[in-house]
Amino acid sequence: MPVRSDRAQARIETMRLLLRRPGFVIGSLVIIMWLVCAIAGSAITPHDPFDDFFAGQQPPSAEHLMGTDHLGRDVLSRVMVGSRDVFTVAPIAAIIGVVAGSILGLAMGYYRGPFDDVMSRIVEAFLALPVVLVALLTLVVLGSSTVVVILVVGILFTPIVARTVRSTVISERQLDYVTAAKLRGESGPFILIREIFPNVLPPIIVEMTVRFGYAIFTVATLSFLGVGIQPPSADWGLTISEKYTFMIAGVWWSTFFPALAIATTVIAINLVADALHTVMSE
Amino acid sequence: MIRFLIRRIALLFVNLFILATIVFLIVNVLPEDVGRTILGPFAPQESVDALNARLGTDKPLPEQYVRQMAGLVTLNFGNSFTSNKPVAPTIGAAMVNSAKLAGLALVITIPISIAAGLLAARRRDRRTDRAIVLFGVSTSSIPEFVTGTALIVVVGVQLGLLPVLANPPRNADALTTIRYLLMPALAMAIVYFGYIARMTRAGTIEVLEADYTRTATMKGLTTSQTMRRHVLRNALVPTVAVIGVQIGYLFGGIIGVEKIFNYNGMGQLMLFAAQRKDIPLLTAGVLVIGIVYMLATLAADLIIAWMNPRARAELGT
Repeated sequence: MPVRSDRAQARIETMRLLLRRPGFVIGSLVIIMWLVCAIAGSAITPHDPFDDFFAGQQPPSAEHLMGTDHLGRDVLSRVMVGSRDVFTVAPIAAIIGVVAGSILGLAMGYYRGPFDDVMSRIVEAFLALPVVLVALLTLVVLGSSTVVVILVVGILFTPIVARTVRSTVISERQLDYVTAAKLRGESGPFILIREIFPNVLPPIIVEMTVRFGYAIFTVATLSFLGVGIQPPSADWGLTISEKYTFMIAGVWWSTFFPALAIATTVIAINLVADALHTVMSE
Repeated sequence: MIRFLIRRIALLFVNLFILATIVFLIVNVLPEDVGRTILGPFAPQESVDALNARLGTDKPLPEQYVRQMAGLVTLNFGNSFTSNKPVAPTIGAAMVNSAKLAGLALVITIPISIAAGLLAARRRDRRTDRAIVLFGVSTSSIPEFVTGTALIVVVGVQLGLLPVLANPPRNADALTTIRYLLMPALAMAIVYFGYIARMTRAGTIEVLEADYTRTATMKGLTTSQTMRRHVLRNALVPTVAVIGVQIGYLFGGIIGVEKIFNYNGMGQLMLFAAQRKDIPLLTAGVLVIGIVYMLATLAADLIIAWMNPRARAELGT
């Protein structure tokens, strides 16, 4: 038996606990499936997702499992390729929000005082507005592009993450190990980074998965509203926004399947987040 | 209680002030030229200057800031850029429509999700509990317009049970209006079910484990007496708090729902304003929704203080 460090041992143990949860396994499989679609792109789609070879508005059949859209494009191929935009924009936005929010939350929770009071007020005010609405306002003002969407969603997630991290840091800093480090004469940044940060990492990881889910939620909504990802992308929210008016005429497949794609992805991410939360808080 | 109320209202004004400042920064500082943003890159410079003069965006920033803040106090949000009429009445009318939709969504969600949360807590870790939690986690993470799409396809198009557009005909009676609003309200209710049910479940589990619940059971009260007299009042505190927050956030999701059901409410108005770059209208709408959120959370805090004397002490400090 090779000797493993305690930390590696703990990681393996966490993994084992996670794999025992059906929610985690199913969620991961669904995410992996969409990731494969996102990476492989049009190499594995049954038809070309951007060319309109076929008769339009065909209902699902053996040739087109999800039918064709109003321009005669294969819906299944477009849904598969659409995962690419979803899996680039949402994770980057989530990472920006979690990194910025964690730094802010760590500083607020550790230093407290007037800095924390002022920042907490600002965070509180940000929370009074639905993210989608502020994002809509900002994107109208700045003009929409993929980069702006990522930045806006990331920045709007920052106060939400900061509040969560702040509250965990506040309960950590009262513990003995922090007092011990202070008595040893360690500097503030050292205590924050080397002592407190590793201990608040589990909730930050959970927050990351939760934010990833919300980023998909938010970006999909923004694309549906026409200020998110722009055509000719096959992004799911955008596709629904382009085709939902055909539903009333009975052409449901070109809207329903992208909607199903959003739903399965977000549910899968939340199943994973939920499992992580349960395992890591035990 | 009075002191608590005064403190809470003062806090509300501070928050509103910060919120209005954030919105001001987004709208007036981020773009270099508001008139240019509205008219686009190809408009002649004279029109841009004229528009800036009309909107007052040619003035120095501090002056604009003071004017916007003063407008907020007097509830004068300025004129719409597209119609050149004051925005307040337009927003008022849209708010009434959205309130009907949001109200119906809440009337559907609140009782069902509280009942489900209580049931899950009492059947903790059994199959019923797992099913409720899983359903809640799943549905609360799906955007409202996606559930709306699924409902339109299944209930509206395939089964033909309910109208797929939400605007009721003119002079419709209350029952007809509800029929038209039912599907969009359901789309929203499905999303909020999860949050409220999970909160109720967590709150109830905590109270069921508390010593005073055990005491109540030990002194011979029946389950329903214990639930009514001791558990509910305490268990529903987090639920009330989350409902307060959700009322504000309803207006984020309502935009998608109103778009997909083509309903003339606040969401459609905001979208209309966004498409025409009607920044005064959009700003005013965002501020009004912020005020709704703050009033809803204030109301929730007051209800909590009334339900639970200990919370009263905590919130008052």
